[in-house]
Amino acid sequence: MIFYIPQDTTALALGSEAVARALQTAGIEPVRNGSRGLFWLEPLLEVTTDQGRIAFGPVAAKDIPSIIDALASDPASHVLYQGEVAEIPYLKSQQRLTYARAGLGDPVCLDNYKSLNGFKGLKKALQMTAQQIVDQVKDSGLRGRGGAAFPAGIKWQTVHDAGKDGCQKYIVCNADEGDSGTFADRLVMEADPYQLIEGMIIAGLAVGADQGYIYLRSEYPLAHKLLNIAIDRAVQANFLGENIQGCGKTFHLEVRLGAGAYICGEETSLLESLEGKRGMVRAKPPLPAIEGLFGMPTVVNNVLTLAAISTILAEGAATYQNFGMGRSRGTLAIQLAGNIKCGGLIELAFGVTLREVVEDYGQGTYSGRPIRAIQVGGPLGAFLPESQWDTPMDYEAFAAIKAMIGHGGIVVFDDTADMAAQARFAMEFCVVESCGKCTPCRIGSVRGVEVIDRIVANENRDNNLILLHELCDTMEFGSLCAMGGMTPYPVRSALAHFPQDFLLQEAAGASLQDTAGASLQDTAGAASQETAAQGEN
Amino acid sequence: MGKAELCSDSARLRPLAGCSIDDTPNITTGVVELGISQNEQQSISDLVGQYKALPGALLPLLHAIQKQIGHVPDAAVPIIANGLNLSRAEVHGVISFYHDFKTTPVGRHTVQICRAEACQSMGSRALEAHAKQTLGIDYGETTTDGSVTLEPVYCLGNCACSPSVRINDDVFARVDAQRFDELVSGLSAEEGVAK
Repeated sequence: MIFYIPQDTTALALGSEAVARALQTAGIEPVRNGSRGLFWLEPLLEVTTDQGRIAFGPVAAKDIPSIIDALASDPASHVLYQGEVAEIPYLKSQQRLTYARAGLGDPVCLDNYKSLNGFKGLKKALQMTAQQIVDQVKDSGLRGRGGAAFPAGIKWQTVHDAGKDGCQKYIVCNADEGDSGTFADRLVMEADPYQLIEGMIIAGLAVGADQGYIYLRSEYPLAHKLLNIAIDRAVQANFLGENIQGCGKTFHLEVRLGAGAYICGEETSLLESLEGKRGMVRAKPPLPAIEGLFGMPTVVNNVLTLAAISTILAEGAATYQNFGMGRSRGTLAIQLAGNIKCGGLIELAFGVTLREVVEDYGQGTYSGRPIRAIQVGGPLGAFLPESQWDTPMDYEAFAAIKAMIGHGGIVVFDDTADMAAQARFAMEFCVVESCGKCTPCRIGSVRGVEVIDRIVANENRDNNLILLHELCDTMEFGSLCAMGGMTPYPVRSALAHFPQDFLLQEAAGASLQDTAGASLQDTAGAASQETAAQGEN
Repeated sequence: MGKAELCSDSARLRPLAGCSIDDTPNITTGVVELGISQNEQQSISDLVGQYKALPGALLPLLHAIQKQIGHVPDAAVPIIANGLNLSRAEVHGVISFYHDFKTTPVGRHTVQICRAEACQSMGSRALEAHAKQTLGIDYGETTTDGSVTLEPVYCLGNCACSPSVRINDDVFARVDAQRFDELVSGLSAEEGVAK
């Protein structure tokens, strides 16, 4: 029997270290695997038995003796028994490409990676010309998974074609996963780091770059440690460095740590930060593909984009392209978070609706109260009311309702959420995290907080509402990057869909408690009649 | 930003808070008024020497200094500026831009509370208020006994099991007021054992 107990950040945060120690006390040395992303079941103890790989969860150290007893007799009799891991519906119904290996074994064990199709994509890439690799990526339909959704193959082609022969080029992995509700990048780095490394080597071969950097946020110390171990071992096994696997090509890889700045997730400020400067946004053009890191042609891709590359090369562009809908091809890493009963990582082809994810996988809120709002795509994403939960998860469908999928993070709020407070927070976050280069973002956000405060305090409300909308326009259309440009999304959506929280005239008579859980239309309708007279006073 | 700015003449710059134009560090004699020991000066100089050839060296260097000394003292600025051929303003600008870099000593433990949306949806606003009250400090401050510095953080990537708290390099999930108190009292207990 082999015992597995995860060592990813969430499993550790829920006490998996104590479980590992309890196993050791019982004379069992567990394999420290990465998590499968079923975080509601973490710490998830897995055991290989005659019945297959079975699971118990969520496990605490005190449960270990009784689990060992049950394993000797009837495992299914244990209260924490979850059956065969692969058959858990939450996992079984997923379409895992990028996370197919996550949680299967020791994430930094090279032999484990190789035994699970690891480096299959790289081996194929080594037989191909640079242009053939770029063509595979184009044919796959892969779009950047960082949020902007730009076609990856086009970006690679630009870098491939840029500069003179032999000019220095770079592959930069954006691992500054700063959006609230997102942990997909972290899970790749902690559960399957070689996949990312493999994708970056392939990217280097495709565009003629011999140096790569992973720009990692400092909030992920465990990912930092695991990536460095994985890179060292890949160098020793000659998958990195000079003359990779005897092919004559070179690729060096280094992890660089950010220093706690959300804006450095924006690709141009990330490049500035990598160059050792303040993370100030650059005006585009020139595109980083033409003038990127240290002024040289640079591929900047997200962790998930680069991780997907190894699958595309291994399984072929057509296989990847077969997943998804419309122009959103392949799979999306959906991260279910916030006030949710069964939070975790769900990899599915594009096209699943928000409601399916939240109700079928998430099983409703953690608090057991009704869901009120769902924020998708991080702190700059819109707050969606129930009427929009049937929107399919597809880049274009979300853009059509002034929302965004972004990096695929979903944060659920129950009916106690104060949406005016959330709108204010969106502005406040922009105050703290703006790089300060452009005025709409730097000053607009400060004024945004003030204006929302005045609205909620019923101070000259009508004029302040007009002012807030104008301020949002200025930020949206006048900012250099998405930080200022999209901060209005959560603000406007909160105003549009949850007006009673701002005590707007139409709803001034309805108290927050009364409206919680009630149909918004009913509330707004009843309140507008009730307060029509008050509005004239 | 043009390359020319990288090499701008530091003598033209106005002095920054905490260091005047004239306090060019003299490592051999040791400059006591800079507020750091000769050993610390030496280790900063050593680290500068170690990192200066690295492309984009400043962030890795600042992380290394902070790891060694606990913060990045003002006195490090001219040493770094000289070593990396940058102006002091540029070095100061980078240090002040990033939340991670501290210019004054911090507590023996850093406690970060996640303020991002997922944690808010699970009651982190109440947790923040509780933490500030229990510790008797606001964000950015250190308890009087020097044991804990409290900081906000925007997302620890543990959003499926919010609210999250990070203590040094360990993350804790589903932290409520009671759990917070246990974790913090655990810190003092550890120190008790260490003594």
